[in-house]
Amino acid sequence: MAPYIEIKNLSKHYGDLKAVDGLSMQVMPGDIYGFLGPNGSGKSTTIRMLLSLIRPTSGQILLFGHDLAVDRYQTLGRVGALIEKPDFYNYLSARKNLEILGKLSKVRNLNSRIDEVLDMVGLLPRAKSVVRTFSLGMKQRLGIAQALLHKPDLIILDEPTNGLDPQGQKEIRDLVKSLSQESNITILISSHILFEIEQIANRMVIINKGKALVEGNVHDLINGDDRQVTYIVDNSDSVRSILPGSAWEPKFQKSSPDRVWFRITKEEIPMLTAYLIEKGIRIYAIEPVRSLEDFFLQLTENETIN
Amino acid sequence: MRQLISIELYKIFSKPRTYIGFGAIFVIISAIEIGIKIKGDDMFAMILQNLSDRFIFEGKLINMYGVGYVILNTLWIHVPILVALVTGDLLAGEANSGTFRIILTRPVSRVKLIISKFLAGWLYTFLLIVFMIFLSAVWGWILFGPGDMLVMTTKVSIIGSDDLIWRFGCAYMYGFLCMTTVATMSYFLSALSDNSIGPIIGTIALIIGITVISTVGASLLKPVLPYFFTTYLTSWQKFFNTEFTFSMISHDILIQFIYILAFFFITLFYFRKKDILS
Repeated sequence: MAPYIEIKNLSKHYGDLKAVDGLSMQVMPGDIYGFLGPNGSGKSTTIRMLLSLIRPTSGQILLFGHDLAVDRYQTLGRVGALIEKPDFYNYLSARKNLEILGKLSKVRNLNSRIDEVLDMVGLLPRAKSVVRTFSLGMKQRLGIAQALLHKPDLIILDEPTNGLDPQGQKEIRDLVKSLSQESNITILISSHILFEIEQIANRMVIINKGKALVEGNVHDLINGDDRQVTYIVDNSDSVRSILPGSAWEPKFQKSSPDRVWFRITKEEIPMLTAYLIEKGIRIYAIEPVRSLEDFFLQLTENETIN
Repeated sequence: MRQLISIELYKIFSKPRTYIGFGAIFVIISAIEIGIKIKGDDMFAMILQNLSDRFIFEGKLINMYGVGYVILNTLWIHVPILVALVTGDLLAGEANSGTFRIILTRPVSRVKLIISKFLAGWLYTFLLIVFMIFLSAVWGWILFGPGDMLVMTTKVSIIGSDDLIWRFGCAYMYGFLCMTTVATMSYFLSALSDNSIGPIIGTIALIIGITVISTVGASLLKPVLPYFFTTYLTSWQKFFNTEFTFSMISHDILIQFIYILAFFFITLFYFRKKDILS
């Protein structure tokens, strides 16, 4: 089956700035595809190019096997999108907003479909309320409702949990998962939070400075063998003194007065813990940091420093 | 296309700012009509002071046509502001509120969107002018009734009431053409901006600016003055010339059409390629 999204060597330059730089990726039917990257990494620019809001400098975008530059109308009719913050005609009601968007998408039986999607996102009782009176969470849900209105095969969500409280974030994540499972909709979701992608997506790509760094199955990437584990102990010197000559010596990385870092596999965590306890080390906590998380943290930390 | 236009019209007439134009016209016309009703005799006596030594004026000089002429003179600067208030917001307003992101990700042609938005704004302009005609006529009829009209330009002419309807009709049609030019310019500025204030202020600034520069530096700008559309904003007065012929206004109409087409097609070309970053 052809990928729903196929991006080939996509670039967008603003003068000397390379917002997206030779990006390639594929989203297969049925995927919840995580599009992860720190702020300013080129996620939104890529998504805007996918939706023909921005013209690429070079490269090709295929949606459902059709070239977006050639078959824009045919392809966009099968795509629903929520880009960045959910903006609507604030002076109109939720229903009126959906009515306008439904007419643009030529939705059949529009009124009943509006009821359906509003009900799906829990906004049916507020259908007649003016959008100006909605909270950010409600607007976000209305954003998802408009993306679902024309029964798309593919939904593109750009940071849909931005600005929401933890409860709101969880609601959106649950909604996304149920859309994929119950309605069999393929979803591309961007985020700068690894945890969020880990919770929702089955495949993902990490991008930075407009380039894809890692792409693959979320489970494989997150649960890779290599991980750094931090042991919080009463005295790190006592740990260092028992290591020479042991099997754990090569796995030792660094230490601080109350912390010791090892690079070990998931299976080795209980073995090392047992060894340390046996040697009389008092362990207060064990904090595994997965390699991908470590890698992503480095990216985002660099971003913060920059 | 028809659906796109009806959507745009719905959006225009759902915004409170749209009614500012109608409200302002109602207030201004009412104030002029009532003001002339109360103080019109004194005002006309002052204007005709020099002429009354040589002429005897009989009949109703202050009538619905005369007041209509005064209204046309007064509103040529107000109406562009009211037109720009809506047309300057048509594209910039969507960019400012971020709603381009939800409409341009639908299977909608940008060209059709630009045309339908323009037509909706144009229809608003038309309705504004029709409202102005209607209000001016109704108030004039109630307060003054019909009569012959005295026109004072470089000469004094009296135009009979039976010869006035077509002149007013043509003057208003020409006024509508000028306001279409203003609307198209405002629309063009709206495409360039992501904020409605810019196009609205920009339109007014350009009209007033060019008019002032044309007046102050008339001798300096003489060679280019015939190419400014603002030079012809008051050409509707030509329809009240007793020896009016179409050739007197044809160049003025041509210039307005050239500006309308130029602004519209530049907007179309620019917006088709525009990256939506808002």
